[in-house]
Amino acid sequence: MTNSINEIPNTKAMFVIGSNATEAHPVIGTKMKQALAKGSKLIVVDPRCTNLAEHSDVWLRLRSGTDIALINGIMNIILANGWEDRAFIEARTEGFEETRKTIEKYPPELVSQITGVPVEQLIEAAKLYATAECAEIFYTLGITEHVCGTDNVKSLANLAMLTGNLGKESSGVNPMRGQNNVQGACDMGALPNVYPGYQQVANPEVQAKFEAAWGVPLSPKNGFTIPDMFAAATSKNLRALYCMGEDPVITDADANHVRKGLQSLDFLVVQEIFLSETAKLADVVLPGASYAEKTGTFSNTERRVQMVNQAIKPIGNARTDGEIICDIATRMGYPFEYQSSAEVMQEIARLTPIFGGITHARLGTQGLQWPVPTIEHPGTKFLHEGKFSRGLGQFVAIDNQLPAELPDKEYPFLLNTGRKLSHYNVFTQHSPSLEIHSPEELAEVNPVDAKRLGLEVNEVVKVTSRRGEVKTKIKITERVPVGMIFMTFHYFDSPTNELTNGAYDKTTKTYEYKVCGVQITKIA
Amino acid sequence: MEWLTLTIDGREVSVLKGSTVLEACRRNDIPIPTLCHDPELTAGGACRLCVVQIEGMRNLPPSCVTQVTQGMKVETQNPKVRNARKTILELLVANHPLDCMTCQKMGNCSLAEFAYEYGVTGEIYQGERRNLPIDESNPFILRDPNKCILCGKCIKACSEIQGKSILDFSYRGFDAQVGPAFNVPYNESDCDFCGSCVSVCPVGALVEKQMVGKGHPWEITKVQTTCPFCGVGCNFDLNVKDGKVIGVTSNPEAPVNGKALCVKGRFGMDMIYSPHRLTTPLIRKDGVLVPAEWDEALDLIASKFGEIKKNYGPDSIAALSSAHCTNEENYLMQKFMRAVIGTNNVDHCART
Repeated sequence: MTNSINEIPNTKAMFVIGSNATEAHPVIGTKMKQALAKGSKLIVVDPRCTNLAEHSDVWLRLRSGTDIALINGIMNIILANGWEDRAFIEARTEGFEETRKTIEKYPPELVSQITGVPVEQLIEAAKLYATAECAEIFYTLGITEHVCGTDNVKSLANLAMLTGNLGKESSGVNPMRGQNNVQGACDMGALPNVYPGYQQVANPEVQAKFEAAWGVPLSPKNGFTIPDMFAAATSKNLRALYCMGEDPVITDADANHVRKGLQSLDFLVVQEIFLSETAKLADVVLPGASYAEKTGTFSNTERRVQMVNQAIKPIGNARTDGEIICDIATRMGYPFEYQSSAEVMQEIARLTPIFGGITHARLGTQGLQWPVPTIEHPGTKFLHEGKFSRGLGQFVAIDNQLPAELPDKEYPFLLNTGRKLSHYNVFTQHSPSLEIHSPEELAEVNPVDAKRLGLEVNEVVKVTSRRGEVKTKIKITERVPVGMIFMTFHYFDSPTNELTNGAYDKTTKTYEYKVCGVQITKIA
Repeated sequence: MEWLTLTIDGREVSVLKGSTVLEACRRNDIPIPTLCHDPELTAGGACRLCVVQIEGMRNLPPSCVTQVTQGMKVETQNPKVRNARKTILELLVANHPLDCMTCQKMGNCSLAEFAYEYGVTGEIYQGERRNLPIDESNPFILRDPNKCILCGKCIKACSEIQGKSILDFSYRGFDAQVGPAFNVPYNESDCDFCGSCVSVCPVGALVEKQMVGKGHPWEITKVQTTCPFCGVGCNFDLNVKDGKVIGVTSNPEAPVNGKALCVKGRFGMDMIYSPHRLTTPLIRKDGVLVPAEWDEALDLIASKFGEIKKNYGPDSIAALSSAHCTNEENYLMQKFMRAVIGTNNVDHCART
């Protein structure tokens, strides 16, 4: 997030797109409701009627995958009414004129045809967002999990720059990160193209710095991303995989393709706290420790690095993931001799400018928001004040793009996927209380479709895509539009990613989990 | 910012304009008992336990809703004030179950704490007792309306923190109680089970069901940590007794969330002790995963990685690091792949 979570209650308008915050990021959802209670306006853009949509001033029920057209349309309306922030555009940005030409191709009537959103609602949304004293954009995977995910995000950046809603309190472009430490895993360089702190592996100076620190020659070549790995495994270019705390068979799109890749490996090591579907395919399984059993840090979605403090010893014969990695490194002839995770953080701080002033002692009970360049620096509440990281903010002209696979005659329903409040990803079914509370998938189907297919509440149906099939119970609800089925990915018995499409965004290689074509069939 | 000076129990103190008398006292370590007050919630002046005497005022005003004025003279502990508080406590205890020995809240109950301080035994007013059904309808929250003192904090937490407004008062007088609309059990209401109501309850009316019978506050060590269930980064306290996590409680100092949590953060910690946890390394032998010693498993991995690197080059090995693991562990994993294996083939589920 460019801005901080506790700035939310003071904002004047919220533009929430592709985000079901009250379920997927519940405490941010409560902060949004606190803002509403203080008079903030709320615009929700989502094909599903989420809980926030029910509380919104205007709910834009767009067709899945038409976000770029919608955002361009809103910018078109803002420009037509003179609601843009001229001073901000001139002083802080570049590339506006070219982008304006693209925006002009998206008049409200055309955008309404593409998105299915009435013109009046587009105007209302544009007005509420652009004329507020400060306004925050929030997005989640409804924006990024599309083949045009990166362009969706850039469109939102255009919208924020157009209205000067960056670099100040209670504004900004605020992605809500999914997992507890997905921000931190990125910050730490668990990515094939960057070292910790987003320092490029292809940059010779950076390479030299890490070679000097680690005392070995390093590769300047970007590595495989996850989708590359499964393809490389299938073609035998990849021989071994060390998989820590992930279950790609369940969480990656097109599970059968993933399984095939993993089965082609010569050697698969899985380090996990449960015997996951991926672990079941492994040659060696190592028992890791849960969050309660180790000390370290997580970085949250607002860049706050916070302590994770060990409360109990690892269960049974389990060991912390850090300890296991150090042991393997040492056995391979490169001793990793750290006395504690605090000592690892000292090395991180030495090599990572944005973490330069972070120590476990400084984090204490309140944490610090990066960038924290020096030991005296208090951390950074919001980004881009006065200046963007790259200098001027770059407007990018972007045209609407279609999803990779839309419903057709054979697979007439659009499958949308996401989370529900009572579960988190794929392992909370191991919590007895959450399992009792919410034991099974309840795919959402619109009453019109249910009637047409003769489906009853709680009926178990078969859902099929070009890639696989699953069985699931259904719930009949107007939360989903006609022609859509919504499923979560939390349940072992209804592994939704057997169905999803492996097509991905060209820049991030994020799969298009939010749109694919499926068929719903009665079983009985 | 304008500062005001007032005198509390003969001591001169300065506070910001707009502060309440209660805030002035708390900031200066002057103890005032409260049951219905919480710094995260709007003040209601409901319980009246925080009454003080203020020169020039006719009655004893509740300090939580009385704003400081310049030159104000406050007395917090004189006999008149203490008697008034004692009477309030006597009335509350008159229909409060006194099964404290088996109450989950024992040792952490505000009513018991103040009854002890003010010598309230429950003998003065022998009134009628409530006998309402206990709500055990869900796996998370145990609700005993008989123990409720009607302070209203849970109602405010539900509306002001969580924005749900599931709870409210119903009925009048002696029959007054708090609950979801039409008095349905929690699981039949629209409750999210965030448990904010539990986190503010001053007595044993709302408790964490999983913690019942598992330990008393004085036996528990609280360890502040960061929630593992989404990117918001809520902090809470793991409650540990005899080396075992028995529950989660809010930590009011949590920088992101204060007392607020969601159903997963507050109640999903039982996942730690799932019988499905892996507790020993496994090695595939004759097609089957069988338990193994750590040394055998780690030696096998080191030798296989070494062999594959030698035969096919470092880029034939890849790692999936984890958005569930710590920063330090992710750092170690990427360093292992880059410096030990010699490849940049490291990624994690940020993109998937």
